[in-house]
Parts: sequence; C-alpha cells; structure tokens
Amino acid sequence: MSALREDFKEILRLVRPGSRVLDVGCGEGDLLEILTREKAVDGQGLEISHEGVSACLARGLAVVQGDADRDLDHFPTKAFDYAILSQTLQAMRDPRHVLAELLRIAERAVVSLPNFGHWRIRLDLLTKGRMPETRALPEPWWSTPNIHLCTLRDFTSLCDELELRIDACAALADGKPARPIEAGRPIENWRAESAIFLLSRRGAPELAATVKATLFD
Amino acid sequence: MDTTAAATLATDRDGGTLRFPADQPLRLDSGATLAPLEIAYKTYGTLNAARSNAVLVCHALTGDQHVASTHPVTGKPGWWTRVVGPGLPLDPERYFIICSNVIGGCMGSTGPSSIDPKTGQPYGLAFPVITIADMVRAQAMLIDALGIETLFSVVGVSMGGMQVLQWAADFPQRLFSAVCIAAAPRHSAQNIAFHEVGRQAIMADPDWRGGGYELEGVRPEKGLAVARMAAHITYLSEPALQRKFGRELQRDGLSWGFDADFQVESYLRHQGTSFVDRFDANSYLYITRALDYFDLAGSYGGVLAQAFAPARHVRFCVLSFSSDWLYSTAESRHIVRALNAAGCRASFVEIATDKGHDALFLDEPQLDSALRGFLASAAHLRGVA
Repeated sequence: MSALREDFKEILRLVRPGSRVLDVGCGEGDLLEILTREKAVDGQGLEISHEGVSACLARGLAVVQGDADRDLDHFPTKAFDYAILSQTLQAMRDPRHVLAELLRIAERAVVSLPNFGHWRIRLDLLTKGRMPETRALPEPWWSTPNIHLCTLRDFTSLCDELELRIDACAALADGKPARPIEAGRPIENWRAESAIFLLSRRGAPELAATVKATLFD
Repeated sequence: MDTTAAATLATDRDGGTLRFPADQPLRLDSGATLAPLEIAYKTYGTLNAARSNAVLVCHALTGDQHVASTHPVTGKPGWWTRVVGPGLPLDPERYFIICSNVIGGCMGSTGPSSIDPKTGQPYGLAFPVITIADMVRAQAMLIDALGIETLFSVVGVSMGGMQVLQWAADFPQRLFSAVCIAAAPRHSAQNIAFHEVGRQAIMADPDWRGGGYELEGVRPEKGLAVARMAAHITYLSEPALQRKFGRELQRDGLSWGFDADFQVESYLRHQGTSFVDRFDANSYLYITRALDYFDLAGSYGGVLAQAFAPARHVRFCVLSFSSDWLYSTAESRHIVRALNAAGCRASFVEIATDKGHDALFLDEPQLDSALRGFLASAAHLRGVA
C-alpha cells in the first residue's frame, strides 16, 4: 500500500463496500481496480484517452471513452452512490457544470484538487512574477492541462453557490498522511498543497456522526 | 421447449441445419410468416454442464456461419479466425461458440433462393421482406433448440452489432453480456443511399429477370459485382485506399481506353467478381433492405434508451473504429449514451486505426485486448472458467 497515492488511500477509506461508483477521468483504471478489489464496488469509469480506456478494458473494468465536459449529461439522476473526480476538476472546460453534474448523477462526490492558494505558489508568483511550477502543478503555463485552477476558498464558495455540502475535507501532501481540515479556515488556504472533499447536496441525509468522525482520520 | 422436440436437427457435433416444421413458423415483423424454416449454423467448443458458456456470434451483411472454419465455397479461412480460436479472445476451450447464417441469407438458412412450399420453386421475390428483429427471432429459436436459456454473450460485428442491440431490446433476460462492434442504432440516409445503388445495379442487370433468375438458369453476376464494388468502397477509409493503391497503374502506361488501368480499379473488379461466386443477388437485396429498415429507437417512441431499459443487468461493450465512416464512432457514442441513460453498465472504446470499417477483420491488437479483457471479466462474474 505504500506506493498508493494519498488521495487514493482516502477515497478507498471513504467508499462504502459494494456501492456503485463512477470514476471520472479514471486514466488506466488504477483506482477503479483497487476499489473493485478491496471494496467490491460496482465500478464504471469515464476516460477521454484511447490508451486509458484500452488499458481499463484489458483489466476488465467497465469504462466508457468520453469527455466529462460533455458526457456526464447522459447519465441518469442518482445512477451512482459515489462520483469520483481525482485531481481533474481544474482541467475541465466547465468545472462548475461538471461539479453540479457529479452531484446530480451520484449521491455523493469525492473531489480532489490542487490548491492554488498554497503559500509556495503565492510566494513564487510574488517573487518571480511567473506562473508557479510546483510538485502538484509541474507543467509550464503553455502546456498545462490545468486551465481552471482555483484556491480552496474559490472551491468552497463554488460549493456554496451550487448548494453543496462539504461533509468532510482533508489536506493532502505528497508522501504525507492526509490531514483532516476545516475547509473554510483561511489558514488552510495557505497550508494545504492539495485537498480532498466529500460532497453531497444540501438537504441530502447527513452522514452518521460516528461515520463522520472517522472520515479522513 | 416444444420447438426442441419437434424441430429436426440435421447436425453433427459442430453444427448443421435446424429444420422447423411448417407448424412452427417464424413470425415476421411484416405480418407474414416463414415456414418451414431452416437455420444453418456452426458451433465451436462444448456447452458446459451449467449451460452458462454459450456465445452467439452475429455476422455482417455478407458474412455467414463459417466464423472460424474453412468456407465451403471459397475454401478460405473463416471470417473471424483472428478472434475465434484457441488462445484467442473467443476461445472454444472456454466458450461454446455458435454462429448461424441469418435468415434471408444464402448459406443454408431460409432465404430467397430456398424453395417456396407454395410453388415448389425458389422464392425469388415471393420471399417476404425481413428485418433485423426477424433475424434475431430466428436466432432465438435456434438457441431454444440447442437447449440454451441464457447466452453468456452475444457478439456482433457491423450488421451483427445491430442484431446484438436488437437482442438486448427483445430478449434482455436471455443475455448476460453483449458486444456491439462497428455498428449503428439505425441506418442513416447515406447508408440507405449506398444500398440503393447496389440494389439498382442488381435490378438493372438483364439477368436478374425480375428476381426469377434461378428458374431461368442465369445469374445477375454483373449487377451483383457492381453492388459489391460500391459497398466495398464504404468499408475502406480514404487514407487506406490511398496508401494501398495511390494512382498506381496495372501496366506500364495508360491503355487510353476503359480497361482497369489503375490498380484500385482492378482490385474493386476482383472484389466484385469473387463475391458473386459465394453470394446470391436476391439475398443481397433482402438483407440490405433489412438493414435499411433498422431503426431501433423507432419502436420506442424515438428514445433509444427506452429500448435498453429492460437490459440494465446486461454488461455491454461497444467498440468503434476511428476511420470507419460507414458506421462511425458518432453512431457508437449514440448507443453508449442511450445505454448510460438507461442505467446499463457499458464499456466503450474507439479503436484508433486508419483502416476504416474493414478494420473489423484486420490485425487490430487494441480490438483483441479490449474484447479479451471485457469477456474475461464478464466470464469471471458469470463463473465461466
């Protein structure tokens, strides 16, 4: 498990065994395979690249080649228990729409994203005056797929606007265990390199307090 | 299961011809009935004790039941020996593979060249117009007669892919999984237009004789060859044609006439003339008509997802080829969206190739690995060892 990405570890912890999961931007199916193996989920992936989908099919995963910006619209409401979007929201053409769609087609969404408000990024921009290149965002501005970067604060306010509830949140940093955080605290917007959220629609049944207490712990 | 008792199987271990007596007709969408009905088929492998490893393979427009065995007329290998065989994605060691000639065909199943019991002569144009759903209904009768309740999978290419979709709509409870390759949920205006060119070529041949050529001992070979030539162009992509032939000449210099100067002309003529040896002109008319009539959503208020609503338990795999302009990726996406909307579990990949629709039959490792992965995981779930 040591090689497992930190956000995968958290997702694996969050997802209920046997649930229906949609992994948006599933790549070559690493996460779906783990979820299928460890949590016996009924998994479905959505992936834009030929290579990714072919790899998934060869591994026996159910994956549709498609574009999250366009193809989420075709899934029926509440078709899944969880929709997962791992480090991909910032690469969407219309992240607002994608986020809203995730919580239409699934009861809950697990979304992880890099935090553009991290102090190192702010410092980089302040001192060098150039687009920051960091561990989480390693590519130069002209080739990065990340066209819609945001800070934690931007993201929480978008959740507010879409009437989404943040059931849990944790800060992620490479090689370090996830750290549960209060997403709205300004200090976290400086400290968190990247964050993972468990989201639901406002008004959806709350997670049991006991469950909530163990999330991201 | 009554059909089993009464239908006679002229069969050996690997297939044969199933004959249904006159009192067990095939009821057609047109309202007509077809009796007595014969279905010619081949099988590969062994049905397991649980009867859970049967795979029905559905062939394309001019294909037949000889999916992985030598063709009796041409002497060539089966049409899908790249996929069906030991160690291949459809392995007879693991699956009981069935492939039947569609009704309307000319390789042993009842078609326009069969004898019309009313006249004692070949049907010709007295043969009723058939549909994709009729072909599927006949396949279901065959599956019944073989004592199979549920197919582990139905796998179809091109027109066979349309049969797969029809199976999902008409007999969802009899499917565990379904694979639809290079097909479409309906025939487009362009598809119909190309078919119409082919049919007109056949009917314009003086040897067609209003469809009664068999009685007069002739065959509309020229018309059928032209139909095949036109259709064959739709199976190839422009880049593949260009790469294969370019403007290469058959001989040094031009003939300054209408011989086949260009290699592409010679190739097409060969495709046409070799086709007439193994295919019947009236079958070509009837099967192309069945394709043109195909519009699965049509029976469901125009909503394709409705057709798949009862098939939510079926695991689907949809595959398309990037350079296929006969049944393009857009058509496959349309199918996949409808499957998603119906809440079906679907896999879909567009295989990158410049070989056009013909890629179906050619070396495409991505197709093999996708098929292999999908079938293996479905087999695991189904408990097929």
